[in-house]
Amino acid sequence: MTHEQTSLAFRENTVRALEDSALRAAMKQAADTFGTKRADAFAPVADLEALRDRASAIREDVLANLPMYVDRFVASATRAGAVVHRANDAATAREIIRKILADRGAHRIVKGKSMVSEEVDLNSHLEAAGMEVVETDLGEYIIQMEGETPSHIIVPAIHKNRRQVGRLFADRLGVPYTEDPQALTKIARKALREKFLSADAGVSGANFAAADTGSLVLVTNEGNGRMVTTVPPLHVAILSIEKMLPSLADLPAFLRLLPRSATGQTITSYVSVITGPRKAGDATGAKELHIVLLDNGRTEILAGESRDILKCIRCGACMNVCPVYRAVGGHAYGWTYPGPMGIVLTTLLTGMKKSHPLVDASTLCGACVEVCPVRVPLAELILGLRQRKVREGFSDPKEMRGMALFGKAAASPTLFALGQRLAGAFWPVVRALGGKDVAGRMPAPSKTSLRRRLP
Amino acid sequence: MKVLLFGTCLVDTFFPEAGEATVRLLRRFGAEPVFPKGQTCCGQPAFNAGYEAPARAAAEHFLWEFDGDDPIVTPSGSCAAMVRHHYPWLFRGDPKRLAKAKRAGERIYELTQFLVHVAKAHEAGLRGKGTITYHASCHLTRSLGVREEPLMLLSSLKGATFLPMPDAARCCGFGGTFMAKLPEISLALADEKAASIEATGADTVTGCDSGCLMNIADAMRRRGTKIRVAHIAQVLAEGL
Repeated sequence: MTHEQTSLAFRENTVRALEDSALRAAMKQAADTFGTKRADAFAPVADLEALRDRASAIREDVLANLPMYVDRFVASATRAGAVVHRANDAATAREIIRKILADRGAHRIVKGKSMVSEEVDLNSHLEAAGMEVVETDLGEYIIQMEGETPSHIIVPAIHKNRRQVGRLFADRLGVPYTEDPQALTKIARKALREKFLSADAGVSGANFAAADTGSLVLVTNEGNGRMVTTVPPLHVAILSIEKMLPSLADLPAFLRLLPRSATGQTITSYVSVITGPRKAGDATGAKELHIVLLDNGRTEILAGESRDILKCIRCGACMNVCPVYRAVGGHAYGWTYPGPMGIVLTTLLTGMKKSHPLVDASTLCGACVEVCPVRVPLAELILGLRQRKVREGFSDPKEMRGMALFGKAAASPTLFALGQRLAGAFWPVVRALGGKDVAGRMPAPSKTSLRRRLP
Repeated sequence: MKVLLFGTCLVDTFFPEAGEATVRLLRRFGAEPVFPKGQTCCGQPAFNAGYEAPARAAAEHFLWEFDGDDPIVTPSGSCAAMVRHHYPWLFRGDPKRLAKAKRAGERIYELTQFLVHVAKAHEAGLRGKGTITYHASCHLTRSLGVREEPLMLLSSLKGATFLPMPDAARCCGFGGTFMAKLPEISLALADEKAASIEATGADTVTGCDSGCLMNIADAMRRRGTKIRVAHIAQVLAEGL
């Protein structure tokens, strides 16, 4: 199923989301749970700030030398026996993967969770080519069944409650209704087990790629990631170029930060390090490993003023603490990546023209900045994009005139005081004309301003 | 000690009582507040919406009005953070103004910072009344790093009881122009904040930023809540 970007309708999307009481309750509960778990997980980490500094510095080094690290990764991964493909854009990535699969007669595809595959809309392309694509992460499995997209980068079905999942499973799988999470998981597990065993190929993403060893690192919880990458004879991994780490030796710092930031776990149930395909004597592993490195605009982002977003390690902590995300959920943002990191990445990857309302989807409260494990200056990046929106003429003309007038009044005490008095005198008119939404929520100006009260 | 009072456009226009209370507090602790008459706005409405030129015009005017070496005191964490953290960026290409901007950033105090660190008002045994809860506004808390000062002051009030609010530092949904651009979310967040305030059972909610308090007061009005909303300057000054 292809999903059209709806970021331009952000406000309409939020209005709809705010009316959905099940969504709001699910979001609140999930966000609060993750917030508490994250805080608890970091409480015993005494060197947290130093750890964040180190991780941030490593990510900065990666960005400063990205082409070099990518080349190094390609060489190491190739040496390890993988076939590495470079894709400049989404269409190329989709086509490379389709061809790899088609050339080997692969029809039944099992997938591990991958936001990059969502970014390039891989599933619909493979399905159009007649392949069966089954998402195997429980959350992804649920939303695929529902025909939805992930509403969170780590917890794709965060917007759903267990009753909705129970009804969905009863409806689609013909199982008796249950809302017991364990029973629901068992149902999915049974259905998925059959898919794993009969799959021709597994498609996964990757959390990190170590440039020195050519290894892919997957951090997962359900075990499906390991099944996808080791059970079928063919494994295709798709990842974006900025997932590089200089060395596998850098991984421990990120393993201390990522699970704690994401789900509040000290470590995930599974950490897979995949270096090349199965070799003689290996107990498991795919016989053939293909790695697709996606650019899709990242080289351009790297050269621009918003480059710091590429430090992001996709933990989702910024969305878990974002008051806006918590209120409206991820679908309102209208594309693959929601929340604060999503505002920035969506605007950069899809262009201001298709996404400009998103840059206003933040109160600039700074909660995201406070939790980001690699110190991405999200509030600054969002501010920078707002400046770009103004520069590129995507702002409301009325607002632009208003702001020009504001600049004049702020620089002229006479004009400012006059404005103040006019606002006071004509408040009922201002209220009626100048957007009922705001004026209706503000009190009338005081009859005597502070400047007139003080000597 | 002479201090320059930056009222902020919101207090000046909508909540002058908070400005007057600030003056009374400053005088009580031996400071001589002077209100530069030509002051306007710090420029945040334009800056936060991405309008660099009007924001710079406002900032330039601020630097002119608040020139000198005297401390600047303002009853707003958000406006103090604007001066301290964003003025230097606005003048990044103008060495002369950049120096002034940095100096202004060092001179500016949010009211409770001044009251605790300079005036030691938390040791003065100020009087208060009733039960008070506190909303920790975003820029005050996370940008300026003022977390303890308001709590030290409020819990020092004799005759008043301080009741902490759960998730006190969660955004109320004001966000300056955010309130105008995405009013539905803004109100939803304010409504949730109002519910947290009600849950404390306090009869007064206070904070250090008028914008947030205005947003919260509106949500309370819509919910029919009868809890008083007052700027921290007013809460601290009423026992003087």
